[in-house]
Order: sequence, then C-alpha cells, then structure tokens
Amino acid sequence: MKIAVQRECFDVNAEIGTLCAGRLDVGAVASFIGYARGVNDGSDVSAMTLEHYPGMTEKAIAALADEAAARWPFIDATIVHRIGRLLPGDPIVLVLVASRHRGEAFAACEYIMDALKTRAPFWKKEETPEGERWVEARASDEAAAARWQLPRQKM
Amino acid sequence: MTLRLLYFARLRERFGMGEETLAFAGGSVASLLDLLRARGGVWAEELAPGRSFRVAVNQHLATFDTPLADAAEVAIFPPVTGG
Repeated sequence: MKIAVQRECFDVNAEIGTLCAGRLDVGAVASFIGYARGVNDGSDVSAMTLEHYPGMTEKAIAALADEAAARWPFIDATIVHRIGRLLPGDPIVLVLVASRHRGEAFAACEYIMDALKTRAPFWKKEETPEGERWVEARASDEAAAARWQLPRQKM
Repeated sequence: MTLRLLYFARLRERFGMGEETLAFAGGSVASLLDLLRARGGVWAEELAPGRSFRVAVNQHLATFDTPLADAAEVAIFPPVTGG
C-alpha cells in the first residue's frame, strides 16, 4: 500500500505502473481523481490551500484503507493527497485500487474516498472575490460515509 | 501532568495559536474542554456544546469520554474537508 501526502502533482499513469509492476494477478484497477473546482457555494474560487495534520493524516488514511481491504480483499492500493496552494483544475487526490476482479476495486475505491472525506484530517481554505473562507464540511459527505455502515451486502 | 495541544484550520486562526503546552489535573477529553471553555471569549464560543468540532488524542479520533494520559497529544479541529 502506498500512501503519500505531497505538494507535487501526481502522475496517474506512473502510479498505475508502479501499482501493477510485476503482478500478473491484477485484473482490474479502479481509480478516483478529485479536482479543485473554480466555483463552490455560488462563488468563484481562484485558488485553495489545503492544510493537514502531519502524522495523523497518514495514519488515518492507512486505517481506512485497511478497513477497505478487510471488507473487499484487493491486491494493492495507492492513495496520494496533495497539500498546499492549488488552482482550479488541479488534481487534489488520487485513489487507485488493484484487484483480481472489478467488484472489489470499485467498492474499495469508493469506500476509501467516502471515509477519507470525513476522517482524514485535511482542511480547505478558498480564495474568492469576497475574501478567504474555510470550506465547511457537508452533511452529504457524512451521509455518504455512513451508508457503508449498513449491513454488509453480498457482492 | 502536561498535555500538548494542537489546533488546526479555522480553529487555529480563531484561537490565535497552533500549539500550546497545558498543565492538566487529569481526566477525559470532556474535562479538558471544560478547562478550555473557562478561558471565555472565542474558546467558550467555538467549543460550546453543540458546536461542530473534532478531537484527536495521540493522532486518533477521540470522543468526549476518551481518557487523557500525561504527555498526550490532543488536537482540536473543525470537521475535515479534504478529498
């Protein structure tokens, strides 16, 4: 499992290559890329700055990835989250999950993102024409994470 | 005993500090929050019951009844907004 918190952009193809290198049992890789948007809550956003809690961030991401692995046994995963100042259109987060079949890869990728949104200690501050503002947590993110707590369904 | 307190994001700005060392008589997260609220002002306002914030103890999300040991690292921060 690769977990990285970094300022630099990530190279999706290179990350997939590293994830699958030398492995002939991978039949599927699901990916999620989150991007910085230029509009949020009715305001133009010219840039955003991502802050995190060094030390806890990596542990929190590892914990939720382990939960996903226990639930949907996959072969390996890569999670990269950027910090610092980002512009609209910049990639923020990458989640890759490699598995034998697509079901585990899709489900684990979605679980990891939903859990990351509510439990990994990152915070966004946006620059708008009205000034700087901290992004407020969304109830819809809590709901997305909570739905995984429902009784486990057969895949 | 002594605690290392960390504040992040909007709370760091509101409290005007990112970190402090605090002498603590012992107890849980709830007793620490009472102590901080007693400072009044932004502390009482931001940490008021019902306000949305999270507490991590030694880098794991905690609850109000999580006990605090000497030299614990306690972080208080707004709900997270990454991803």
